[in-house]
Amino acid sequence: MIGSDVVIENVSKSFGDFAALNDVSIGIKKGEFFSLLGPSGCGKTTLLRIIAGFEQPESGTVLLDGKDVLPLPPDGRKANTVFQNYALFPHLTVFENVAFSLRLKKQPEAAVRERVNEYLRLVELQTHGSKKPAQLSGGQKQRVAIARALINEPSVLLLDEPLSALDAKLRQHMLIELDAIHDKIGITFIYVTHDQQEALSVSDRIAVMNAGKVLQVGTPQEIYEAPATDFVAKFIGETNLYEGSILSVNGELVTIESAEFGSVQVTDTDPPPSGTRVSWTVRPEKIRIGPDKPSTSRNALNLIQGRVDEPIYSGFQTKFYVKTAGGATLKVIKQHADWSDEGPEIAWKDEVWLSFSAEDAFLVEVKG
Amino acid sequence: MKRGPGGLYATPAIVWLTVFFIAPLFIIVLYSFLRPGLRGGVEWSLTFDAYRAIANPTFAKVTLNTIVVALGATLVTLLIALPCGYYMARSKNQTLLLLLVIIPFWTNFLIRIYAWIAILGNEGFLNDMLQALGLTNDSIRFLYNRWAVALVLVYTYLPYAILPLFSTIDKFDFSLLEAARDLGASKFGAIRRVLMPNIKGGVLTAFLFTFIPIFGAYAVPLLVGGTESYMLGNLIADELTKSRNWPLASAISLVITLVTTIGVMLLVRANGANVLGGGKEASEAKAEQSAPLLNASLVALPHSGGGAS
Repeated sequence: MIGSDVVIENVSKSFGDFAALNDVSIGIKKGEFFSLLGPSGCGKTTLLRIIAGFEQPESGTVLLDGKDVLPLPPDGRKANTVFQNYALFPHLTVFENVAFSLRLKKQPEAAVRERVNEYLRLVELQTHGSKKPAQLSGGQKQRVAIARALINEPSVLLLDEPLSALDAKLRQHMLIELDAIHDKIGITFIYVTHDQQEALSVSDRIAVMNAGKVLQVGTPQEIYEAPATDFVAKFIGETNLYEGSILSVNGELVTIESAEFGSVQVTDTDPPPSGTRVSWTVRPEKIRIGPDKPSTSRNALNLIQGRVDEPIYSGFQTKFYVKTAGGATLKVIKQHADWSDEGPEIAWKDEVWLSFSAEDAFLVEVKG
Repeated sequence: MKRGPGGLYATPAIVWLTVFFIAPLFIIVLYSFLRPGLRGGVEWSLTFDAYRAIANPTFAKVTLNTIVVALGATLVTLLIALPCGYYMARSKNQTLLLLLVIIPFWTNFLIRIYAWIAILGNEGFLNDMLQALGLTNDSIRFLYNRWAVALVLVYTYLPYAILPLFSTIDKFDFSLLEAARDLGASKFGAIRRVLMPNIKGGVLTAFLFTFIPIFGAYAVPLLVGGTESYMLGNLIADELTKSRNWPLASAISLVITLVTTIGVMLLVRANGANVLGGGKEASEAKAEQSAPLLNASLVALPHSGGGAS
């Protein structure tokens, strides 16, 4: 099987007054594991359904390997879908479900048998062929849906929140399996999810969407480390997001004046001129926390004093809400290391010092 | 097994069924083995005359005619009801559409038949229209034949087919149709291969809800039919009221009841076996599947052979 590249150009779609997609353009590379990530109602499923052929956009084009597929019906596209609720045919057995598309094509029975068994092996269900979907567990149903979609040898596999109906442990397991299947067959996967953890862990690239628009397209690292907008910063993982105005710019080093912290140093590859109002962010795990003022002469290190408002212990880490002198509350995550590296214990109401490097803090958005 | 108060709760139903269903059925069975009284009623002496009388060509002819009309009308009803039910299930105005389906029930059944006579009669609305439009000079005789009977029967029992079909299709997961399309099925192929097998139970229920009462139809063939559309219901009524042969009427009723009951049971069994072919694990689902069908047949049974409708 060979994957296709998928190009979405200026696609818009509305349902009544509701604009589900607003001039969306995305380029997806051959063989990529590409995620559409966003909250419910952001248009990600609508976009997937347009690629599959279940919806027609009002404007724009969808190209598969450079060929416009919008005039084609769903059964005429080299894309197959794994549906959110699996959509297994309840009146057919697992074997018959997987064989569905081959039998439609009137392939000889011996060939059907061989191919179906091959794909049931791929998803490790070879012994469940004669069962009905109602007799399977959620994870097994999911795998039948995947085998059924893949047996058609599509060049693009569309996955619509395929793991949302599974419990957390199984979700992790299926995610790894999905990734393994992707590596094995190498076709393009387009994966719709509202779960940023899922998207971060398997995707080659992610498009973050909100309110019918694509906010940022990038690798998981780019999206996590350098979010393009406030929404992306808040939606992906946990973060501290604040506003201020630029005091001075020195190369990529930007000093921001903010009411809560005094002056803070952050980085940006292409900073706007001083005086501009901006938002900036620093991830909670990038902030160090300690009882004493760090004795360092390092440049571009931000030092903030505060008091622990709320420590939340969760085994491998503790999250602190630290109230600063300026009235802001910063989230700080301390990873627990082995005893030699653990450092002094920090408790509720302790006076603490926070420090983070300017290289870990980013300018996000220019405010009007 | 421990007996809870469940038996007590069932008392009203048991009393009701005993008094109004089992006891009359017992009387019918008893009467069918007695001699007819001179002015109706029975004489208390045992005989098989009634069952011997059934074995004559008139009875066979009426039975055949009844089967033809009932099967034809039921088939047409289902063919109309299926798209209706599908449309209702997909519509956003389900409550309104349901109301529209139920509205005919607000008018008395006989009045609705007379309304059809007013529409189809020689001096009726339809003939007036055709003549006013100059399409015909003489009035056309629409009424008093098999077609009129079938038309009014279809009209009468359409809601009974639409409602079970709607409720089954409404529970159908329409993303299955998308999945079928996605896997290469045409629009029609998706409906045939995925929708139809999954709503089989509803189709069967709709079939029973229409076929059984139509099979025992009496008023409709009496009022809009002619001699050629004489049905079993009419035969029973005539034996009862004109020939005053109550034992024969009872025997015919019993034969119809027996035949429909066996037919229904075979249908339910065949359907159950088909829907969930093989597999012990499926037996639970199977019981679930056939229960509503059995209920349907029980509800519909009192209609059969009664000839009251």
